Amino acid sequence: MSARANILNKLRTSLAGTTPRPDEFDESLVTGPWRYPPDQRIARLRELMEAVHTEVHQTSENNWPALVAELLAKRGITNLLYAPATVHGEQLASAWKERADGPELRGYDRPIEEWKAELFNDVQASVTGTIGGIAATGSLVLWPDRNEPRLMSLVPPVHIALLKASGIHDNWYDMMTAQDWAGGLPTNVLLVSGPSKTADIEQVLAYGAHGPKELIVLILEDA
Amino acid sequence: MNQRIPVTELASDFKGRAREALADSQLRSNFRTAMDSLMRKRADAFSDADEREGLRELGNRIRARSLSNLPDLLEELETRLTANGIKVHWAETVEEANEIVHGIIEAHDGRQVVKGKSMVSEEMEMNDYLADRDIECLESDMGEYIVQLDGEKPSHIIMPAIHKNARQVSALFNEKLGEHVSEDVDELIQTGRRILRRKFLEADVGVSGVNFAIAETGTLLLVENEGNGRMSTTSPPVHIAVTGIEKVVSNLRDVVPLVSLLTRSALGQPITTYINMISGPRKPDELDGPEEVHLVLLDNGRTGAFADAQMRQTLNCIRCGACMNHCPVYTRVGGHTYGEVYPGPIGKIVTPHMVGLDKVPDHPSASSLCGACGEVCPVKIPIPELLQRLRQENVQAPDHQPAAVKGAGSKYSRKERMVWRTWVMLNTRPSLYKLFLWGATRFRALAPKKVGPWTENHSAPVPAARSLHDLARDHLKNPPNGRAGS
Repeated sequence: MSARANILNKLRTSLAGTTPRPDEFDESLVTGPWRYPPDQRIARLRELMEAVHTEVHQTSENNWPALVAELLAKRGITNLLYAPATVHGEQLASAWKERADGPELRGYDRPIEEWKAELFNDVQASVTGTIGGIAATGSLVLWPDRNEPRLMSLVPPVHIALLKASGIHDNWYDMMTAQDWAGGLPTNVLLVSGPSKTADIEQVLAYGAHGPKELIVLILEDA
Repeated sequence: MNQRIPVTELASDFKGRAREALADSQLRSNFRTAMDSLMRKRADAFSDADEREGLRELGNRIRARSLSNLPDLLEELETRLTANGIKVHWAETVEEANEIVHGIIEAHDGRQVVKGKSMVSEEMEMNDYLADRDIECLESDMGEYIVQLDGEKPSHIIMPAIHKNARQVSALFNEKLGEHVSEDVDELIQTGRRILRRKFLEADVGVSGVNFAIAETGTLLLVENEGNGRMSTTSPPVHIAVTGIEKVVSNLRDVVPLVSLLTRSALGQPITTYINMISGPRKPDELDGPEEVHLVLLDNGRTGAFADAQMRQTLNCIRCGACMNHCPVYTRVGGHTYGEVYPGPIGKIVTPHMVGLDKVPDHPSASSLCGACGEVCPVKIPIPELLQRLRQENVQAPDHQPAAVKGAGSKYSRKERMVWRTWVMLNTRPSLYKLFLWGATRFRALAPKKVGPWTENHSAPVPAARSLHDLARDHLKNPPNGRAGS
């Protein structure tokens, strides 16, 4: 018999005569303590994200490209990876046309195999969208797809994420229910709650372990 | 001397290793500091006791419900994963699991593997298995990397290199990598980052564990802080996940409380930096991600634990490490003393099902039964109760049927059994008890002067000249204040 059949047979023999336990999920336990008045959601998210060295800025849906340029200039960054086929990618490219001094824009527009070493060795920063945020835990939710692939938020040392203020949910449960995650997930969903970090040596917290050393969140309020 | 004891030179049994660890003041200091800090962080993360207990109860119910339906859930998981394009493999033993992993790597002519943190891969000793076949399997979690570099095993399931301090890591990097780095932790981490980045770029295959496998959506959920798990599962063209068969849960929503319990219990964090949910390989129109994703489901003794309704609770474990952080024994002897993949209280109840109780006969007794492990367990595994059960299994007569735990009865002693039978006889027959008391008080000078390890640090117990019964009788007849007893 196959390993599969053996394992399942053993499990079924052990459960013979029993019935599965009922589903007693109490959603109030994962939502009740994690509710915030709408005007405090941003404050809660900011507080938690800043506590783990995330840089958070509030700006408008129109002005964020200028803020990106300013943040990159301050760091001396000379190139920026972006997703050209997204709405925010188009907005960024359009804003860049009006700036002669902005860092070079590099679009993620070909399979990784064609430029993996370049991504790992040369790209200094990236900007991506999010599908929302979670106030309870100070998290961003990334939903990578063909236009905005997953390595964009992982490999560059500086990751700038755009978060719409209206997309901040109280807690994870509310967000996955409101967006019907159970109805279908993409190949990869990510909750990101700060720059990469480790405390593996003497429990001393060090940032920039493998992923981005810096996470910058731009909270976009309605223009 | 405060020198670290390389794991290869440790004594072969638990007691010997414990003696060596207790004599190593540096090791004890490293663990004491770390565990105190972890206990404080967990307490801070669960500041509301009602919320904590409600969530623990929910966590327990979710795990118990999942296990009560485990075979069906595994089939549902397989169906969903397959529909999503993930290939599912089943292995009863670690040998089978290693063969499957090796087969996948070979099919891609893989020579370099990067591995995210995975306790199941430690069970499999995957690194050694692949190294014997000329495949480099590099640990990419910073703690695991340090431990691997030094030829050691992890000493904690969440913080594998917790037994080392910065000075020791600096010396290790100097010795093994030729990197002259200071004892500054940031500098040490950046050295590791630089070396591992190149490996992420070059690796043919990435290996990871799984924190929760979600049947409803066919999703593998991984929890981590460093980003090495994402790198290992996203950058190489092939991703192989390995997990125990117990890690499956029914619904997506089930992971909300479980992740909260896991991250808060482990490191006191509201959430980890990354929650990585993988539901399939790269689609034809996607630009990155692995082209193939495989899941290896491993038994390795889990069906044995599952067969016993009481021991089945062992499989509730979500691998947070809180039990070891709070264990007075673990804190003093460290993780290597246990000599197995899973140290501490959870290791003591998990390991016997994997390797057999006869291979780890001292584990169930290496506990003060203070109850701390059971009190902090986020899914309410009654660890002290299970340790007591294993102690009973340990001394079962060889012919006892049914043998509930693999290797039970290895500590059976005919002499000890006789002593306890005599004890029962004396304490259930008043006439015999009186005769014994009479003899014990009159011939007290004949009591043995040495009673095993007890008399290494204590005086030998000597029966009193008069028994309590005698004294009480006298007291009632002649009370000190002259009142007769009623």
